[in-house]
Order: sequence, then C-alpha cells, then structure tokens
Amino acid sequence: MASAVGAIGAAGAAPSESGVWSWITTVDHKRIGVLYGVSAILFFLLGGSEAFLIRMQLASADADLISSGVFSQLFTMHALTMVFLAIMPLGAAFFNFLIPLQIGARDVAFPRLNALSYWLFLFGAILLNSSFVFGGAPDAGWFAYANLTSTTYSPGDSMDFFTLGLLVLGVSSLAAALNFVVTILNMRAPGMTLMRMPVFTWMALIVSFLLVFALPILTVGLVELLLWRFFDMPFFSAEFGGDPLLWQHVFWLFGHPEVYILILPAMGIVSEILPTFSKKPLFGYTAVVFAGVAIAFMGFAVWAHHMFTVGLGPVAIAAFSASTMLIAVPTGIKIFNWIFTLWGGSLDLRTPMLFSLGFVSLFIIGGLSGVMHASPPLDRQQQDTYFIVAHLHYVLFGGSIMGLMAGIYFWFPKLTGRMMGEGLGVIHFWLMFIGMNVTFGPMHLVGIMGMPRRIYTYSEGSGWEFMNQLESVGAIILAIGLIIFAVNIFRSLRSGEVAGDDPWDARTLEWSISSPPPVYNFDAIPVVYSKEPFWDQKHPELAHDKPPADAVAPVAEDPASIHMPNPSYWPIIVAFGASLMAGLVIVNPYLAFIGGAITMMGVYGWIFEPAGPEEHH
Amino acid sequence: MATHSTTAPHTGPLATTTGLDHRKLLMWTFLASECLFFGSLIATFLLFKDASVSGPIPQEVLNIPVTSTSTFVLLTSSLSMVLALAAIQRGDIVSGRVWILATAVLGATFLGFQVFEFKEFIDEGLKPSTNVFGASFFTLTGFHGAHVAVGVIWLMSLFIFSFKSKDGIPASKSLDVELCGLYWHFVDIVWVVIFTVVYLISSLE
Repeated sequence: MASAVGAIGAAGAAPSESGVWSWITTVDHKRIGVLYGVSAILFFLLGGSEAFLIRMQLASADADLISSGVFSQLFTMHALTMVFLAIMPLGAAFFNFLIPLQIGARDVAFPRLNALSYWLFLFGAILLNSSFVFGGAPDAGWFAYANLTSTTYSPGDSMDFFTLGLLVLGVSSLAAALNFVVTILNMRAPGMTLMRMPVFTWMALIVSFLLVFALPILTVGLVELLLWRFFDMPFFSAEFGGDPLLWQHVFWLFGHPEVYILILPAMGIVSEILPTFSKKPLFGYTAVVFAGVAIAFMGFAVWAHHMFTVGLGPVAIAAFSASTMLIAVPTGIKIFNWIFTLWGGSLDLRTPMLFSLGFVSLFIIGGLSGVMHASPPLDRQQQDTYFIVAHLHYVLFGGSIMGLMAGIYFWFPKLTGRMMGEGLGVIHFWLMFIGMNVTFGPMHLVGIMGMPRRIYTYSEGSGWEFMNQLESVGAIILAIGLIIFAVNIFRSLRSGEVAGDDPWDARTLEWSISSPPPVYNFDAIPVVYSKEPFWDQKHPELAHDKPPADAVAPVAEDPASIHMPNPSYWPIIVAFGASLMAGLVIVNPYLAFIGGAITMMGVYGWIFEPAGPEEHH
Repeated sequence: MATHSTTAPHTGPLATTTGLDHRKLLMWTFLASECLFFGSLIATFLLFKDASVSGPIPQEVLNIPVTSTSTFVLLTSSLSMVLALAAIQRGDIVSGRVWILATAVLGATFLGFQVFEFKEFIDEGLKPSTNVFGASFFTLTGFHGAHVAVGVIWLMSLFIFSFKSKDGIPASKSLDVELCGLYWHFVDIVWVVIFTVVYLISSLE
C-alpha cells in the first residue's frame, strides 16, 4: 500500500496537493469529510460555550450575569448550533469519509455536488451566526413558534437570519443527502448486496432518505414564515384566518424525523464499534437494519407528540400517543441487539468501546424518559419544564454526541494514520460521562419540581438552587473533558502512535486499505461475499459466506492510471452566490438578484467545466 | 445486478450497482423530495382555501376556461418533450432542436398565462397579503411557476447548447435531455394536481 501511495504521480496528483487553494477546490470525499468534521467541532465548541454561559447564569438564584434578552438568544442559538451546525455536520463528516470506504468505492457519485454541500453548510452557518453582530441573534427558541416570530413580537432582523440561514443549510443537507443516496445505491463494490452493507452505511442511507423527505417540509414552513414577515401574507395570523398551529405542525413534521437524523448516525457508528471490540459479529444484523427502517417510517407519524398541550382533541392525541409508544419497539430492538452483541464477547474496553457503552446506557435513560412523554397526561405535566431538557440532552448528548465521539476515536487512526492517546481518551470519556450525568441528571428532578425551561433566572427559596448549582458544576466538568479532548487531538496528530492499516482488528472494508487511505481509496475494487468482508478475509476459517472456489482475486490497477475527478472552484462560487442571495434578502429583497446572478454564473461554469478524466488526454 | 463475482470488476462511469445512471437516480430521488415540497404547499392551500375572513374567495376569482387553456398548453408541452427526446435518441438533429424549442415556447406560454392570471387577480382585489386564500394560492402556484421557469431556462440552455456542435446533441448524450424531461413531466404532473385541487374543486363549492 505504502508504495502505491508514493506512486500517485501524474494523473491523480492534483487532489493530493496541499495548501489552502487545494482545500477550497477539493472534491475528494475524505477531505470534504475533514472540512465538515473540523467545522462541526468548532461549532460544537461555540454551541458549548453558549451552553456554558447559560449554566453560569443559572448557577445561582437571582443572578444577573446576562440579561433576559441575551439569555433568549443564547438558548436559541445553542440549540440551532448544536442541531444544525454540530451534530448534523458531524454526521455528514462521517458519511463523507466512510461511505465510499465502506462500500468499496473511489469517491461519492457527485464529487462537486459534495463540495457544494459543504460550502453551503459553512456559509449558511456563518449567515446564521452573523446575526450576533447585525442587531441580535434569533431569540424565539429553536422551534420558533408562530406569533413569537411575527414582526410584532420579533421586530428587527433576527428571525430573518433564522429563516434564511436554515434555508441555506437545508439546501446543503438536501444536496448531501441526494448524493449519499445515489452513492450508496449505485456505487457498491461487486457482491455487496444491500443486506451485506455495513450497518453504518445502512443508517447513512436511512438518514439520507429521511433528509430527502423531511427537509422540503421545513423549507415550506420557512418560506411561509419568510413571506409572512416580509410581505404580510397571513399564514400564521389568526385574525386573518391564518393558523399559528400550522407552523407547529410543519415544523415538527420535519422536526421529529430530524431527531432520528441526529441519532441514527450514532447508532450506526456504535453498531460498528460494539462488534469490533466484542470480537463477535453484530447480533441480529437484519433486525438492526429493519429496526432502523421502521424508525424512519414511524418517525413521520409521531410529530404531534410535541404538541399534546395545544388542544388537538382526544382522537389525534390518542393516535399520536399510540404511535409514539410504538416507535419505542424498533428502538428497543436495537438496544437488545447491541446488548446481545456484547453478551459472551471478549470485550476490549478501549476508548471507542467506552464511548459506545456510554452511548448505549445513556440512550436507554433518554429513551425511557422519552416513552414517558408519549403519555399525554404525563406530558402535560412535563411540557416546557426542565424534564424535557433532561430528556433531550440524554438522547442528543448522551446519545448522539457520545456515539459521534466513539466514532472519532475509532476512525481517527484511519483518517490520520495515528492513534489517539488512550490515556487521555479514557480520562476524556469519564469526564464526559460523569459531567453529562451531573449536568443533565438533576434536570429531571428540578423539572418535576416545576422549573420551566428557558427562564433566565429564578428566585431564592424556589427550592431549585442546589440542583442548578450541581448542574453548573457538571458543565464545568464537561468543559474540562472537552479541553482534554482537544489536547488529545493535537497531541495525537503530532506524535500519536503510528496506527497501521488495521489497529483494532476490525471487520469492514475501510480497514483493508492504508491509513490514511490513498486518494483513490482502493487500487483494486474489492469483491464482496459476506457482511464483514475484511474480517472474513482475515479469518476465512470462521466465515459463513465463503467466496466460490472459482473466485478470482480482484486485480490491482496501476495507481498512475486511476483518474480521480479534477478539483473545482465552481462549488464554492455557487455556494457563495446562493448564500449571498439569502443574506441580501435581509437587506433588500431586490438586491438578492446580485447573489442570484453569481449563482447562475456559477451553475453554467459548473456545467461546462470538464469534470471527467477523459479531458486529460 | 449486473455484477458477476468471478469477473474482474469494471469501474467505468456506467458500471452502477442498480444499472441506472447516477444522474438519473439523483433526479428521481430529487423529484421524490419535490413531492413533499409541493405536498406541503398543497396541504397549506387545502387548510386555507375556505378560511379567509374577507374576500375575494376562490369562486369569485378563479377563471376555469382560461386556466383550462393554459393547462392544455402545459400538457401539450409534455408531448413535445417526449418527441424531443425520441428525436435525439434516434439522431434526428433538426427534429430534436425543433421539439426542444417547442417545449420551451409552450412552457413560456404557460408562464404568460400565469402572469396574466396573477394580474387579473390583483386587479380584482386578491393580493398575496389580502387573505389566507391569496397567500396560499400565490405561494403554491408561484412556486410551480418558478419550477416551470427553471425548466424553460434549462430547455433553452439545451437548445443553445445544441448549436455548439454540428451534430446537435448526439444520441450518446440523450441523457442530458432525458433528465430535463423527467423534471419537466414532474412539473406537469404537479400542475395536474394543482389544477384539480386549486381550480376545479375550489370553484365547485
């Protein structure tokens, strides 16, 4: 492998260059994955800092560290940042890096579209956050219920940054999702049937379909919000026959599938890590896959459980209560399959495994409090209290973030060629695990005691002081954990132990190539005969599905003859034009044509750019 | 599955797992997403069509004969789109160009009808901000019109592009036209739903 890397001379040379320009024009899925990952971690730190400020304000009763107005901006931007700028793009980072490697492909189906997705994400994120310097950030909560978002109650531009920022981010996610659907369905190595795909790739496919079907619904809601605010079209004005509840329906019809968009990548990651460190195949592969599909389908039928208190009527409430309880079944199937994967395995408690076990245990807690919300009478008590905040952080922090952290530790050696420090990793895990429980655990109690979410302060003698103090101490523990994580990354990049191709004795195709992978990934496209092709290749005596006797080993191509797509600057131009268009709408809708013109120019430049390798000759 | 486990894998651009070209699969998936987009807009319209607290109401402004004519024009453009693709696939350069241009002209005619209709409505006192019927009507039909406009630009781009070479759009590149056709037919089908739901049903009540 190493010699192959050295031989990428002539043809494949361009994408392996270094320098800022090479990153701006890159269309290599691995590099775009890195861009997504680094940006998402930076936004994760930003969202974490916002949460930290919130916790410091709430650490004591009657505090005046920050004003109520700033507090509203902080909790709104914390949620938007974590959902749209941290967890989703971290998922996209893993999709980008891993999907082609896991299915035995050399890139995604549309490399330039992939670059466009990233740049739209970055510019959309900047647009959303630029509201901080242009008159104040969105402050109506991340689900931005109508009336609060009207020009009466949200004068100024803050909600327009919300609308337009999310529209740009939505286009980014949609483009990425379409790309991944085509890549996964169409670019699998010979022999890799759908039921031989790695579970992570399966979850990526499911998430991509969820995005394809959920994002247009949000887009319509955002467009209506925009038209309501800019042109007085009375979608949500009850006095003109409009309906504020329409926003809630539209938002949650997107918003609940979104919850699974956030958690399924982590589930996929954990489904790869648990077998690797248990030295067993995943228990019930088929059940795990179909449970994921079932979750995705049912995810579109539970949205109104976010709205039990708005007065939907008993029939609707009963139906959505039942569907919500039902969705616990496929989720439970997954959890039992993970536990049975561990059962009887020879467990190796390295950092990725610790984070995966943390994921499973914390997600169970979050799942159980989630089922509680399925009961309408109980939910009426919990609505808008800290109990909800506790629940959602157990599934999104204890679930998604722990799972994604597991993935970072697991695939860091493949990405960089170096191991992450095990000692610091273990400390990082325990600080995160303890900090997370100290921060969010007491929120269950203080929520049941009646503390509403989103209040900027509370009075002395409310009985909530100790719990809040404890939660703020937890936030400090989490912050220390994240600093150690950052130190670990920098130290490992500089002087981490050299990983080798397969440091974990892992099971899927990405571990069969060098670390870091060559720009073309596979010099010989592998032929797949089983669910765990690399493991079965290493241990043919254990394999159930063996290659036929007449199987011919795939022949490695000469790396010099492998043509990778050319770098392109059109994606960043199109993304810039589209984001400029969105930003200018806030200044003056007519000015937006400038951005539109740049976008059009970019699209035509893109279409007529020779992308294929044939132009080399 | 066109893959044989014993032969060396071929990695050319057309060797896809499903046998479907990447771009075609992308277009189908995108159109699936568009179904939800228009579905949400149509749902909003259905919620609001009779909810306005002040007029004009649908029955007062909708002009079925005019819209039936524009619907006929748009549906005819689907026929010319089919003929354009067929001509290009059999290598008939001139017919290919003629039918592509015809499709674009028919699409533009439909847009002309829509501009006329919008102007009529505004003259009759129905602006997008007048009531919820106006808001949801203009949003739904406006976004459909924007899709038609994108289609017309796409068709005109194909038409102009076909003069870059003497061979027009060669049969080997007929997929370029087929993708445009998929999009175009989808936009037409959406109009069939809009015409039924927004115009025919709303004007009956």
